[in-house]
Order: sequence, then C-alpha cells, then structure tokens
Amino acid sequence: MTTESRPETRITRKFAALKAEGRAGLVTFLTAGDPTPEASEDILLGIAEAGADLIEIGMPFSDPMADGPAIQASSLRALKAGMTLPKTLEIVRSFRKKDDDTPIILMGYFNPIYIYGVDRFLTDAREAGIDGLIVVDLPPEEEGELCLPAIEAGLNFIYLTAPTTDDKRLPKVVKHASGFVYYVSITGITGTKSADAGQVGEAVARIRRHTDLPVAVGFGIKTPDQAAEIAKVADAAVVGSALVQVIADNRDENGAPLPGTKDKVLELVGALADGVRGARN
Amino acid sequence: MSKLNTYREGPDETGHFDIYGGRYVAETLMPLILEVQEAWDKAKNDVAYWDEFNRYMKHYVGRPSPLYLAERLTDHFGGAKVYFKRDELNHTGAHKINNTIGQILLAKRMGKGRIIAETGAGQHGVATATVCALFGLPCVVYMGETDVKRQRPNVVRMKMLGAEIVPVTAGTGTLKDAMNEALRDWVSNVEDTFYIIGTAAGPHPYPAMVRDFQCVIGNETKEQMMEMEGRLPDTCIAAIGGGSNAIGLFHPFLDDDSVNLIGVEAAGHGIETGEHCASLNGGRPGVLHGNRTYLLQTEDGQIVDGHSISAGLDYPGIGPEHSWLRDTGRVNYVSITDKEALEAFQLCTKKEGIIPALEPSHALAHVAKIAPDLPKDHLIVMNLCGRGDKDVDAVAGYLGMD
Repeated sequence: MTTESRPETRITRKFAALKAEGRAGLVTFLTAGDPTPEASEDILLGIAEAGADLIEIGMPFSDPMADGPAIQASSLRALKAGMTLPKTLEIVRSFRKKDDDTPIILMGYFNPIYIYGVDRFLTDAREAGIDGLIVVDLPPEEEGELCLPAIEAGLNFIYLTAPTTDDKRLPKVVKHASGFVYYVSITGITGTKSADAGQVGEAVARIRRHTDLPVAVGFGIKTPDQAAEIAKVADAAVVGSALVQVIADNRDENGAPLPGTKDKVLELVGALADGVRGARN
Repeated sequence: MSKLNTYREGPDETGHFDIYGGRYVAETLMPLILEVQEAWDKAKNDVAYWDEFNRYMKHYVGRPSPLYLAERLTDHFGGAKVYFKRDELNHTGAHKINNTIGQILLAKRMGKGRIIAETGAGQHGVATATVCALFGLPCVVYMGETDVKRQRPNVVRMKMLGAEIVPVTAGTGTLKDAMNEALRDWVSNVEDTFYIIGTAAGPHPYPAMVRDFQCVIGNETKEQMMEMEGRLPDTCIAAIGGGSNAIGLFHPFLDDDSVNLIGVEAAGHGIETGEHCASLNGGRPGVLHGNRTYLLQTEDGQIVDGHSISAGLDYPGIGPEHSWLRDTGRVNYVSITDKEALEAFQLCTKKEGIIPALEPSHALAHVAKIAPDLPKDHLIVMNLCGRGDKDVDAVAGYLGMD
C-alpha cells in the first residue's frame, strides 16, 4: 500500500494521538438536521467538548436500508425539517470555525452524493473540513464511484466490515480503506441487537491480521458499560442510535426540541466518553 | 448511440448494463449477494435445473400460456391485429409465478430454509406464498401498510397460504419501503434466508436472473406467433412497474430488428402533475435498492413516492436493463394515465370477457392508441400479464358502482 492511497487527515492524527494516550476513542453519530437544522447544529457544536473524539454526521436519506428504526426516524425528521446535503456541509463549516481538530466523517447513502455530483461533492466536502466518508451502499465492488476519487481528493474512505466478511473477502475490503476500518458488530441493522464483547474481540483480532488500520466497532452499542467493553478490544466505539433516541424522546407535539435536549444528548456523550476513557485502566 | 450487434449479452460480469445495474449494497449483504450469484451461475448452466423449472412451468403453472387473437377488440380498433399473451391464465393469475418458481428452486439448491419477499399489489407476495406452501418453507412477506389496505383480497390469500404478512409503516408505507424492510430482514437473518425479489431489479444478479425466468413469456410468444402467422410480430407491448413482465416479453426479440418494442409506464394523474410512476419518462438516474437506474427523486437525491391507480406499477424505480434499453433507443417507453387505463380495463372486460389487472390495462390503453392507425396485417402482441380479480373492488369504487 502506497502512502498516497492513505490520505493523512484529522482522523489519522487523532488515532495516532489516542494510541499515544493508550486509550480507545469515542465516535458519536448524529443525523444532520435532526430534529431541526438549527438545533442539530447547536448540539454538534458542543459534542467534542462533551467527550466525542471523532464525529460522524449522518446525511439524511429517504431510504436508509441498513438502518434500524431509530436512525430511519431521525433521517425522516431531518428531511421533514428541510435538511439537504448543502445544509449538512454548511453545519460542518460552522463547526470548523470553532474546532479545527476534531475529525468529521460524513456517513450516509450514495444517491444524494451522486445527484449532487461526485466531483463537486468531494471539492465542497474537503473545503468544508470533512475528513472521511462512510457510504453504506458502496462496497469495494463499486469503488470506482466514490472511494478512489475520494482518496485522490485527500479524504479517507472508511469501509464497513461485517461478521459475514470472511478472511477470503477481508483483503478486498481493506485494500483501499484508510482512516480506520468500521466493524459492524452484528449481522443486522443499526441500533437493534447488541454485540457480545468476546466475539467482537475475536473479530477485531481477525481484522487486524489483514490491516494495520485502527478498528472502530459500531451497531448495537448503547450504554457507557457496553462502550467500555468494546473500548477494551477495539480502537474506538461508535454510538449512534442511543444518542439519536434522546433527540426523538425530547420533542414537543410539533416536533421541535424541548428545552434541555442538547444537555441531555451531551450528558450521554459525556457518560459514554467516561466509559471509553476508563476502559483500560 | 450506434447500433449494437446484440442487445442480449448484458449485464457484464460486474452486473452492469453500461452505467446501470451494479451491486450497491451494504457490506453485510455483499457476501450473500455473491453467494446467490455463485449459485445462480452454476444453476443456469445446469440442464437438470432447467428441466425441473420447465416441469413446474408445464404441470404446475400451466404453461405455455395461450397466444390469443382478440378478434372483437381487433374489429373494434379497426387496424392492427391484436394478440394477447395470456399470462393472466397462469396459476395465481399473473406472470409473477414464473420467477418465484425459478428462485425457490435456487433457494432449495442453496439449502436456505426461510423465504422473504416484498410485495406491492400483492401478486408477487401471493406467488411467493404459493411456492413456499408447495415446497414447505416458511414465508415472510413485507407489504406497505397502504397496500395492505388497498389489496385486501391478496392479503387474505397470502395468509391462507401460510405466509406471515408484515405491514410496513416505515417511510411512506408502500412498495419501496417494503423492499427496504425486506433488505433489513435479510441483513439480520443472513444464515438461513433467501430473498425472492419480485421484479427484474435490485443488486446483480437479480435483474438478470429474474429476466431469465420471465423470458419464458417471449420465447413462447415467438414460437406461437410463428405457428399462427408464420412470422414474427411487428410490435410487442407490455406494462412496466419494475419491468419483469416486459423484459420477459422483450428480451427474446431484442435482436429481431423488425420487431418494435414498447414499454408502458404509469402516468398516474399525468406526468406534468408530478403524480405518476413513470421513472423513465419523468425521473433520472440514481442509486437505490442495490442498482443504478432511473428513479423518481427530488433535486436533493431523495426518493419520492409515485402515484398510480395500479399498486403493481407504484414503484419509484425500474429494472436497470430497461434504463439501458431506453438510452440505447432499442425499446420505446411511453406512458398511460389512470383514466386511460380504467377505460381500457372496461373495454377489455366488455369486448373480450376478460377482466384484466390494472397493470396490463395500461398496456392495452396504448394498444388502443396505436392499433387503429396501423395496417390490418400489422401484428401486435400485448402481454396480458395479470388478471383483474384483485382490482374489481378498487375499479368499482372509481366507477362509482355499488
């Protein structure tokens, strides 16, 4: 693997720093524009301070096939509130004015990017301060669509691996991966089943036999204790549905966020961060 | 685009028809898709597999379906000779069973013990529930909540056949959401489950595999027309939702230059109103449900729901091979409104004593537009791909009948 095929970004620097600290990282996921574009921006601006080491921002899509009920609903709330891809990029620009260190990863599905235009998207994403992309419905078989152009543009393209990704297939999946590898710890959709830490440990070890990239684990991690268990065996724990659910549970009858929603989300982020940071002590 | 030597070789080995098709699925599904592809590559070259398929086609489905000269309609139009390919006479009342037999035989070979499917109008759901009963496999059918309400007779049939119906409330509760939910089920039950997709769409190898099963329609038509008229038809017409009955009729004729091929999309209230399901005539290319194809979508790339009087055409996408055939110009794609389809439904019922489904009523409405101006020796074949029993309540409602 040549170095230019693995762009250096805030993601790579962050994982190097975490390694030096001897701890795992916390990756948080929230959907851009949920429950409204303004409230969403407000929450995201506080999330690094609350303890998120890396930030995943979901690009809402009408048909999120790999997501469970919590994230599906968040996507629909955001779209209903008028969220668009340009507005998602706008939130990242605002964030970058305040914080130029915390890595930001956009996560979503290919169609909105395809319609925006791949080249234009990569230019605008990089300019906005985005470090990496996770596009759920672009497996290595379709790497020409976005993965290779993203690397060319200096962004990390992060691949998902699943329990169904066997040793024969793993080399193909990690070939153009950079930033980190995202291990989907369950065979299922986001926020449903929970993974067994022992099995996750074995799976992470298996992935490490195929790549020297950091391994983050997600899908099904909901509590600080679960995050701590994962942090013992992986380089980062990803939490999404549980955070999104806090937003879902704190809205008035018109769907607007209730006062204190932001604090509740950040409180959970803080508790998750404590779990992850204390895991290896 | 210059003319190709053959239109029948696609897709390429990565599942693409030029830019259309492909395998745009989450990693969790990818190994499954590759497993299906491997099994399909073996089965399609295995004589024993096709022998079994053909045996079921003949003795269980009742094929070949007749090619029928609709004399009264031909007289009524006063122009071209109109033939119906009678796929509504198949067991379960539509072309869908051709595909479900093919796929369940594959599932059996792969040792899968549980079947899932999505359905819109319920025809594919019924065809899947039927073959699951036949082969003794548990069956879960995902159906949008809206469709569960408007297609009640098919819901009852599926339940009687032993299928579990899961009403889908996610998204907008129609066919596209049912397909999302079926894909989510598949991701969650990777070990034992086979997903029987109902149309020639989805990730490779589904579009090609479903087409190959449905080609029985076009192959029979060719043979029957040679027998009856001693030559090929001049025009073949079929309705298009996902497009499986149309690709099944068209594909065997793609390299016969003299045969004019016409796909009929649902224009709903009219394409100009935005309330339609005409992906090719009113959409643009995008990526959904594992393939790149023409889709109904917003300027921001969000998928929008279509509208059609026919639940079976109510899908915001279309099989990728149709997208490619449109771009090459080999097939002409037109559209028909709800109102025109309703008129054709009544015309067919009264003139021929055949109650057609609302889906082929769209195809017949286009026949009614072109047949009068064509010469009397012009041979039209229209695929009567489903019977209308499921639609009689809905049509009665539209017509204000008691």
